[in-house]
Amino acid sequence: MALNKRRFDALIIGAGGAGLNAAIQLANTDARVAVVSKVFPTRSHTVAAQGGVNAALANVLPDNWHWHMFDTVKGSDYLGDQDAIEFMCREAIPTVYELEHNGVPFSRLDDGKIYQRAFGGQSQDFGGAQAARTCAAADRTGHAILHALYQQNVRARTHFFDEYFAIDLIRDDEGAILGALVMEIETGEPLLIEAKATVLATGGCGQVYRTTSNAHINTGDGMAMALRAGIPLMDMEFFQFHPTGIAGRGMLITEGVRGEGGYLVNRDGERFMERYAPNAKDLASRDVVSRAIVTEVKEGRGCGPQADHVLLKVDHLGEEIVSKRLPGIRESGRIFAGVDAAHEPLPVFPTAHYVMGGIPTDPYGRVIVPQGTGEEVVPGLYAAGECACVSVHGANRLGGNSLLDILVFGRAAGLDVIENLQEHKNHRPMNESSVEAAMARLTRWDQKGEGISIRELRDEFRKTMEDHAGVFRTEEIMGEGVEKLKALRDRLPEVRLHDHSKVFNTARVEALELENLFDTGIAIAYSALMRKESRGAHSRPDYPDRDDTNWMKHSLYFREDDRMDYKPVRTKPLTVETFPPKARVY
Amino acid sequence: MKFLVSRFNPESDTSPYMQEFEVEVVRGMMLRDALLEIKRHDESFAFRHSCGEGVCGSDGVNVNGTNKLACITPISELTEPVEVRPFPGRPIIRDLVVDMTQFYQQYRAVKPWLVRDDPMPEQEILQSPEERDKLDGLYECILCGCCSTACPSFWWNPEKFHGPQALLTAWRFLADSRDQATDERLDALEGPYKLFRCHTIMNCVDVCPKGLNPTKAIGHIKTLMLKNAV
Repeated sequence: MALNKRRFDALIIGAGGAGLNAAIQLANTDARVAVVSKVFPTRSHTVAAQGGVNAALANVLPDNWHWHMFDTVKGSDYLGDQDAIEFMCREAIPTVYELEHNGVPFSRLDDGKIYQRAFGGQSQDFGGAQAARTCAAADRTGHAILHALYQQNVRARTHFFDEYFAIDLIRDDEGAILGALVMEIETGEPLLIEAKATVLATGGCGQVYRTTSNAHINTGDGMAMALRAGIPLMDMEFFQFHPTGIAGRGMLITEGVRGEGGYLVNRDGERFMERYAPNAKDLASRDVVSRAIVTEVKEGRGCGPQADHVLLKVDHLGEEIVSKRLPGIRESGRIFAGVDAAHEPLPVFPTAHYVMGGIPTDPYGRVIVPQGTGEEVVPGLYAAGECACVSVHGANRLGGNSLLDILVFGRAAGLDVIENLQEHKNHRPMNESSVEAAMARLTRWDQKGEGISIRELRDEFRKTMEDHAGVFRTEEIMGEGVEKLKALRDRLPEVRLHDHSKVFNTARVEALELENLFDTGIAIAYSALMRKESRGAHSRPDYPDRDDTNWMKHSLYFREDDRMDYKPVRTKPLTVETFPPKARVY
Repeated sequence: MKFLVSRFNPESDTSPYMQEFEVEVVRGMMLRDALLEIKRHDESFAFRHSCGEGVCGSDGVNVNGTNKLACITPISELTEPVEVRPFPGRPIIRDLVVDMTQFYQQYRAVKPWLVRDDPMPEQEILQSPEERDKLDGLYECILCGCCSTACPSFWWNPEKFHGPQALLTAWRFLADSRDQATDERLDALEGPYKLFRCHTIMNCVDVCPKGLNPTKAIGHIKTLMLKNAV
């Protein structure tokens, strides 16, 4: 049977904030743009972002983008690229205003301006007093933004392929990307989408861990597609564990809770963050707070019958503030912990939350790979959002910078595609062997027989990731982990699908996702094993210090032979002075 | 605990049937966890789900006769046997997965985006906290479809009556002090069906997992229409 084909100027894979903000730029021109998403767009995980988006609007306290830049560089533990960070912090301001103009229902201050709250790692005047930089729509900011962006795309008549799963990128012999093979989930039929430019905006991969704040859909699809196309993933060892997931469940309790005045206590009722971060206390950077919580529990000061979590106190703020500013977490606390946050403390423990690493790009969203002694752009390929690594988050992302990243770089990618389309009027010739390879990835699951079940291998994989690539990492734990993961990977070809039906076969989707989890998870574990220092979220008791002499560099993991390469951090900003590395204290 | 789950695979079944599963219930378990347990034993079982915390709106199903979001429905609140079916009145694609095309069309039909005719200011469009408060209870909709697929008027006239979700969205923009398309929005809702097929049965209010009140929103639209007519 002939393969169905469609042609567009641009193909965007993923319909979260990055994908939709890229799409809206293109849809506002006369370009033909297709957005492929494995779920209906408003189901994308941007919807779950709670606290807000950072921009130095100075609506509440004095602020400017240069302070925001300093905080982000420091938060990144000096691994972030300072040109990209300057770009993002400058762009933050018009980006938030544009969102507001697009209809986002931000909370408001008495003077009618956008409400801004305090978040971790934020300061005035390069490390001075706490700043208030996070623009919020109550504690449902991601939801408010995603819906507004979807609405604007509906207005602009963007062409959506809802519930289509991307199988693999198609590329020619020169490495240029020609589009992607996708599968319509409802019919199980493959479809080839040709495009002059393809934007990967597929989000994160938190499902590699057993306990995560991430949705079922966050399986690293775009990152794995890039790996299989020969593109490396950058800085994958840096995975953020959010300090406050609901204990034992993983659902997120926003940092905005602490921004509004909530604080953590151990079994003795002690505000233990005062010991770990005397100045910023509960609003220290996320890596710092997560390690503090794990240390408290390890040293026997945890709460509850198993002494396996700490408590987040909010009740002292009073019912009015809690219901006005934090209605969503009050609801989550009730449902998942059986606790009314307005009256009792919430049981919390760190949860796998965000991957700082991803597909290497420049600030225009163009995917870049090593070439000779330098780098080159992959023709026709862009990436933006959590699946990309610009890198603005370096070794640790600040709260409120994730929504900012997806919006700024989604937009930048969309604008660069528009420019690119001016120069490339025609589609490149299709490459049949690449299409066949992508088809093989799909038809591989038609194999019948007993084999191993998807569930069995997935469960074992996610537990191994949790045990061996978690908050604290030693050579021994990680070395054993990498061996276990490789052994599990060797069993992947024995996995069999037992349901071979076509229509809305979610088991087939999960099989394809399983391969993506393996590719991204192993990239994390392998990159972590290789980095012999502690920096940001990557914390090694056997190498407790940051080592700027040997390790102030980005890692690149290639799927072929699990090969590592490294490249320098871009320390020179666009217009201002470099922030040189300093000891990072909060 | 005994679960009766609606099954239908168009490639092998002529009509839906109920299949029985026994699920071991642990404390704090949500309905979605039980459905995932069932899927662990039978990978051919299909349902939509994603965030697991009631914000993405994927896993709306009909449980013991009521539309609910599976991920925030505690098993402890359900009576045995738990009967899980797809949303009523929608074409079934497979098992609990229904075709929501018409629901999304109705959403798109109310022009669900902010309309401004004035030039945009350099900074934000100002809005007082009181004006912003009017959007509370409206903007939080997650498009799960629990309300519209529980509405008898939507069952009978899904192609003509906008249904509670779309009308809640219509009011979300009418109520926004920044929006400048009030007249066009009201004109577009004229006629006997789009708005006026609401008979205030209020199933939508009973089932909304986010505690929103589409019936009240519909009432506000009617009042505003009346006010604008005189």
